[in-house]
Amino acid sequence: MSAVIDDHGHAGADHAHGPAKGLMRWVLTTNHKDIGTLYLWFAFCMFLLGGSFAMVIRAELFQPGLQIVEPAFFNQMTTMHGLVMVFGAVMPAFVGLANWMIPLMIGAPDMALPRMNNFSFWLLPAAFLLLVSTLFTAGGGPNFGWTFYAPLSTTYAPESVTFFIFAIHLMGISSIMGAINVIATILNLRAPGMTLMKMPLFVWTWLITAFLLIAVMPVLAGCVTMMLMDIHFGTSFFSAAGGGDPVLFQHVFWFFGHPEVYIMILPAFGAVSSIIPAFSRKPLFGYTSMVYATAAIAFLSFIVWAHHMFVVGIPLVGELFFMYATLLIAVPTGVKVFNWASTMWQGSLTFETPMLFAVAFVILFSIGGFSGLMLAIAPADFQYQDTYFVVAHFHYVLVPGAIFGIFASAYYWMPKWTGHMYDETLGKLHFWLSFIGMNMAFFPMHFVGLAGMPRRIPDYNLQFADFNMVSSIGAFMFGTTQLFFLFIVIKTIRGGPPAPAKPWDGAEGLEWSVPSPAPYHTFTTPPEVK
Amino acid sequence: MADSISMKKLVTRLLLVVVAMFIFGFALVPIYDVMCKAFGINGKTAGQYEGEQVTDASRQVRVQFLSTNAVDMPWDFYPKGEQLVVQPGAVNEMVFVAHNPTNRPMSAQAVPSIAPSTAAAYFHKTECFCFTQQVLQPGERIEMPMRFIVDRDMPKDVKHLTLSYTLFDITARHPPVALNTDR
Repeated sequence: MSAVIDDHGHAGADHAHGPAKGLMRWVLTTNHKDIGTLYLWFAFCMFLLGGSFAMVIRAELFQPGLQIVEPAFFNQMTTMHGLVMVFGAVMPAFVGLANWMIPLMIGAPDMALPRMNNFSFWLLPAAFLLLVSTLFTAGGGPNFGWTFYAPLSTTYAPESVTFFIFAIHLMGISSIMGAINVIATILNLRAPGMTLMKMPLFVWTWLITAFLLIAVMPVLAGCVTMMLMDIHFGTSFFSAAGGGDPVLFQHVFWFFGHPEVYIMILPAFGAVSSIIPAFSRKPLFGYTSMVYATAAIAFLSFIVWAHHMFVVGIPLVGELFFMYATLLIAVPTGVKVFNWASTMWQGSLTFETPMLFAVAFVILFSIGGFSGLMLAIAPADFQYQDTYFVVAHFHYVLVPGAIFGIFASAYYWMPKWTGHMYDETLGKLHFWLSFIGMNMAFFPMHFVGLAGMPRRIPDYNLQFADFNMVSSIGAFMFGTTQLFFLFIVIKTIRGGPPAPAKPWDGAEGLEWSVPSPAPYHTFTTPPEVK
Repeated sequence: MADSISMKKLVTRLLLVVVAMFIFGFALVPIYDVMCKAFGINGKTAGQYEGEQVTDASRQVRVQFLSTNAVDMPWDFYPKGEQLVVQPGAVNEMVFVAHNPTNRPMSAQAVPSIAPSTAAAYFHKTECFCFTQQVLQPGERIEMPMRFIVDRDMPKDVKHLTLSYTLFDITARHPPVALNTDR
């Protein structure tokens, strides 16, 4: 892939213009780079907020017994930690990366629908203000877990559940608009010669993620709307007393919920598929199979939802179907892991910070994948259900999966965003502290989970005390380390060695053909892709 | 790209997908009910059974009865017997008792469930208080007969059935027609 360097950012003052001045620049902006930056900062703020909730949880679980918070508040913390991390940190961070990088990667001047882009971002602060404000209400915030199973979230919910429902609606609208924007950009604004099968994998995985989003976010909206009607308008979708069924809630929720977990990981797959080749100085192994594997994972994600519900009493045939369909996901995922390993095989490897995060991603995500396979086995799941083993599993796929993918992307593209190289020593320190902290926090959860420690409970049996203390120390370490990441980012924005247009010698793609920092307007005339 | 469809068309189509999926979310409700009925899963029993069957004297099935009150339901509610040993095809009867110990009229709905759930499709009720709602005046006590037939075609490996009722307070939703109008 080659490209003509676009120099419109520098070409004369007659038409090129920079951003508007002052605060209103950020409120009114329709520039994909500005909006990408807003998304990334918003996601980072939510990451710290959701992380601080996790610190409360780990502080309470540091020792057995109740020390720091009331059980009711503990429930609100587990709920809000999940909601804020899923909808506030991971998803907006990926949308931010998409905003910044997709136009640069496909040679487009901006996102296809810039005004909608602005609107979809500004819905998020409103949604989270609404959600987080419930913590200060008299009855407390949502306390029914991020999966908000009915009737816990309907009949027995605190008053604030209505705020929660509207917050979910706003987030949903925001995600759907973001997804439509991504699809329209990728399908309509590619530079001449950029065929679908020449697109970088990050663009491919985001295209598929966007389709997942527009398919399942409306189902989530429908689900919370049914809750709203059950609570306020006397319907009985999920109330057995009126002829409804609480199990139906779980089906509707997980029909959204399972594709949602791939929404949170596919863009990370794409980013890692750019980063590993760059630091292996080899093209990605098996590009075509990567694309098909992503599509296969997306398809399978729609037919496995009931593996979250093995214990609700679904028929044996159903258990078998959902078990085998779930195990099948290991095949395309395995294709990806082997492709990444093959890309590194006999490459000229160097381990700068993005590569460290990317390699850790591959290894640790695989561990999370394996515990996923264990959970997928229906008869064994009866033992694992609702224990810390499940918590260990999904944190292994989400922290070193989604979050490390985002860290890797941030370090990889930060020179392009800021025009400065980050401090490599500090970056590596951030990696190692995160790596050790994360494994210390989540690995012992496998053991306590297998031994039967239930999740979402503020107290536990004395036998789990040592492992929980290790977990808590690891979590405090991981949490504090992220403040250090904030320091690294600010330091890089404010200065540092100037970054060349292509700071990584093995990197490929149109984004490296524009200067660093990327000018406010890029590719106003489309580049030629051969 | 020259070969791509116009932006307006594309966005319209994507919005249609969004609307369609929103509707699909609600369509899951009837789909779920139809699936549960069609495959007899979820332990839900069907409505009133009109047919008749010849008794299969060669086989015996033990039917156990359970009653549970939903949260905040103050009624006394129980079957008169714990279990019956029945022959498939024959009509059997079990009487359930409900008593309203409060000082206000209340209405209630009983929701049945069969375990194992695969047997639900073979458990026919010819008469059941769960087909309607019950209204009891303060202190009132009623006996409610429930008649059922275990289907002759029920899989041979099922030798033991449990029928459980959960009684819900639906006074707020369906206010009973009060006798003492001063309330």
